[in-house]
Amino acid sequence: MNDFSDHTQPETATEEVALANESVAVERPQNGTRFCVGIDLGTTHCVLSYADLDCIDDEQFSPQIMAIPQLTSPGSVEEKQQLPSFLYLAHEAELATGSTELPWTANPDFLVGEIARNLGSKTPIRLVSSAKSWLCHTGVDCKAAVLPAEAPDEVERVSPFQATTAYLQHLRDAWQSLHPNAPLDQQDVVITVPASFDPAARELTVEAARAVGLAQAILLEEPQAALYSWIEKSHGDWRKHAEIGDIILVVDIGGGTTDLSLIAVTQQEGNLELTRVAVGDHILLGGDNMDLALAYTVKAKLEKDGKRLEAWQLQALTHSCRDAKEKLFNHSELDTIPLVVASRGSSLIGGTLRTELTREEVNRVLVEGFLPKVAVSDRPTSRPRTGLRTAGLPYAQDAGITRHLAAFLAKQQGATDELKDINLPENASFLHPTAVLFNGGVLKAGALAERLMEVLNSWLGAEQAPEARLLAGADLDLAVARGAAYYGYVRKGKGVRIKGGTAASYYVGIESAMPAVPGMMAEIQALCIAPFGMEEGTQQELPDDEFGLVIGEPVRFRFFASNIRREDKVGTRLDYWTKEELDELDEIEITLPEEGRRPGEIVPVHLCAAITEVGTLELQAISHKDQSRWKVEFDVRAGE
Amino acid sequence: MNTYAIDLSLKPTTFDLWHVCLAGTVALLSLIIIVLLLTMVISRIRCKKKSAMQQAEPIVKIIEVEKLVQAPAPEPVVLKEATPDAALQLLGLLQKEARFIDFIKEDIAAFSDADIGIAARVVHEGCNKAINEHFTLAAVRSEQEGSKIALPEGFDAAEVRLTGNIVGIAPFTGTLVHKGWQVTGVRLPKLTSGHKAAIVAPAEVEL
Repeated sequence: MNDFSDHTQPETATEEVALANESVAVERPQNGTRFCVGIDLGTTHCVLSYADLDCIDDEQFSPQIMAIPQLTSPGSVEEKQQLPSFLYLAHEAELATGSTELPWTANPDFLVGEIARNLGSKTPIRLVSSAKSWLCHTGVDCKAAVLPAEAPDEVERVSPFQATTAYLQHLRDAWQSLHPNAPLDQQDVVITVPASFDPAARELTVEAARAVGLAQAILLEEPQAALYSWIEKSHGDWRKHAEIGDIILVVDIGGGTTDLSLIAVTQQEGNLELTRVAVGDHILLGGDNMDLALAYTVKAKLEKDGKRLEAWQLQALTHSCRDAKEKLFNHSELDTIPLVVASRGSSLIGGTLRTELTREEVNRVLVEGFLPKVAVSDRPTSRPRTGLRTAGLPYAQDAGITRHLAAFLAKQQGATDELKDINLPENASFLHPTAVLFNGGVLKAGALAERLMEVLNSWLGAEQAPEARLLAGADLDLAVARGAAYYGYVRKGKGVRIKGGTAASYYVGIESAMPAVPGMMAEIQALCIAPFGMEEGTQQELPDDEFGLVIGEPVRFRFFASNIRREDKVGTRLDYWTKEELDELDEIEITLPEEGRRPGEIVPVHLCAAITEVGTLELQAISHKDQSRWKVEFDVRAGE
Repeated sequence: MNTYAIDLSLKPTTFDLWHVCLAGTVALLSLIIIVLLLTMVISRIRCKKKSAMQQAEPIVKIIEVEKLVQAPAPEPVVLKEATPDAALQLLGLLQKEARFIDFIKEDIAAFSDADIGIAARVVHEGCNKAINEHFTLAAVRSEQEGSKIALPEGFDAAEVRLTGNIVGIAPFTGTLVHKGWQVTGVRLPKLTSGHKAAIVAPAEVEL
């Protein structure tokens, strides 16, 4: 079909040819790892990047992006760099037989990728989207079939976990069909997760990888991956752009989420060292909100002229707003972009709706609406959710990203207290970043990137701090996957590694030993079981705190995390804390099996927390008598 | 007992009317036989003549065939036949992205230029997207249109078409009227077994 592929994708083509030659010419050990593979499992898109470990010398790490074959519409398969993270549950009568074949299977279990997004745009009741955001949504059992949330009862739903597994499976199968001699389960695989993912969500991601045979996969936080990609792209030059004492703020605004991280540059025996010192909360706010906001603006304008919009027209309008927005941002000479929404029938002329999107509107809605000029003392507004909410995602209530950023920087003011290379001025009311790294497609728009820098620098200026500089050269769409592949290489002892450990300290709630007071809830104490910054592969026990567990009966604990209490050691008990300090996560559960014991017997245990090599938190209950261990489960959701 | 014998040697002694009738009948019958025999002989001769002619015809044909073989015939040209699948696929893509067929099939005479203009935006935007997504296009000549260019001897006549005052020998100099387009990359979707190429846009039914 394609005589010209050599011209269009020179890198991929040569790579494939080289691979084919190698597998013929050189007898390789069957189970030798050859590639490091980075998977960006995004809220709206997945990307897979890889690099051949045999062809790497120190200066030349050049990861490729895999073109992922996927159905784009019934009957046609295309290769695209991104796999949209959507899943479509088709009705049995909806698609003709043989129209959903993929290069590796005649009958895929689920429709994922471009086709899911396309079909789902016209039939939203069968579309699963943002499964990733559900994974860290407290109060939902991620293995319960709850998606699509708005589907009628007749539609067989899937769980957020199943959807995540389906995306990974598609990526694995695509890899396998393109690299038949290098099974993915034998490569170094790194999967990225938001820095704000809680332990349960990380555990579920690893479990999903295990379900498709990728038991060796390890996790990496997305903002770290973005920084790795920047380091890798600079080919060793990054040391000239980063200085000791720098605090790099990574701002990642993707399609559905905003993720913030702080990484400090320090010195250790003459070498630059990077430490991830803080991560922000999981903010469900991103590019999709922006497109929707524009569409509603245009809709209001049309309705003022007496034109009513139907649901499908609003959908089409959202699409054209996205394109128009990009055009306005990329071409400063344009002031208005005509928007057209074609009629659905075969008659195109006459039934087509026309309106305009002006630069003024884009600036007002996006720049002023999402990145308002605020003082660093401003905080995102959050009003209590009223009444019964239908099951849905907890979208951010305040669209002002700058307000979320102000809250984050103020909250993390003490993040660098323990690092001697970093000195914050006395009068600082927030942590002063000295450099900024952008990630995520939204920040490709120059106007938005400039505004973000402008607001940040106005805060810094108000406290006589030098302006933060922008670290250039990042590839905003693909950096996370590239950085993840690079991390696989870094783990082999090459290049610089970002230190960090856990981004939070963890606590279990225990009732304090106080006489009961009628009408009052028993006072609860938070017992620290894992301190801030625990490194991978380490574990900590608290042998002095015993719990009596009843055999055969599940015991639940309230579970808390704090991303600011850095000084708490294992065993620290908190009697009082502010809402800011501790976030309550889903409950954790321990069930002691009956094997070899009498039901009802009480066994004294203590807890042990470990950070696995994979990057997940693991809690165990250890018996004092015979040292036997039981795993504590995270993925029990409240209200189950 | 009286026996009745016929003596054939007897000669008629009398010649009456009965004998005249008898003789006439004999003469008539013999005439008929002669005529019949004659017609048979004639028809035979005719048939023989016909079959002789039929035998002669194939001979003439053989001569004709020999003539064809002997003639110095030109090499038969087999023209490439384009498969309809790729063309149908492109139509499908243009319809999906740009409502191309809807636009072409609509009678535009009844509409105002403004209405057509609005629809043309849909078509232009969509075609642009579809073409850019599936083809990489480049100009054949990178020079500015309207500038003078020189074509060396042996230039590719498929890439550059000469027009106007074509005389003399290469190198030719002339004005670049159109820079030309060439496709340097094609990325058409692959098709599954259940794909019906002829359905360039399925009918849509909302439930």
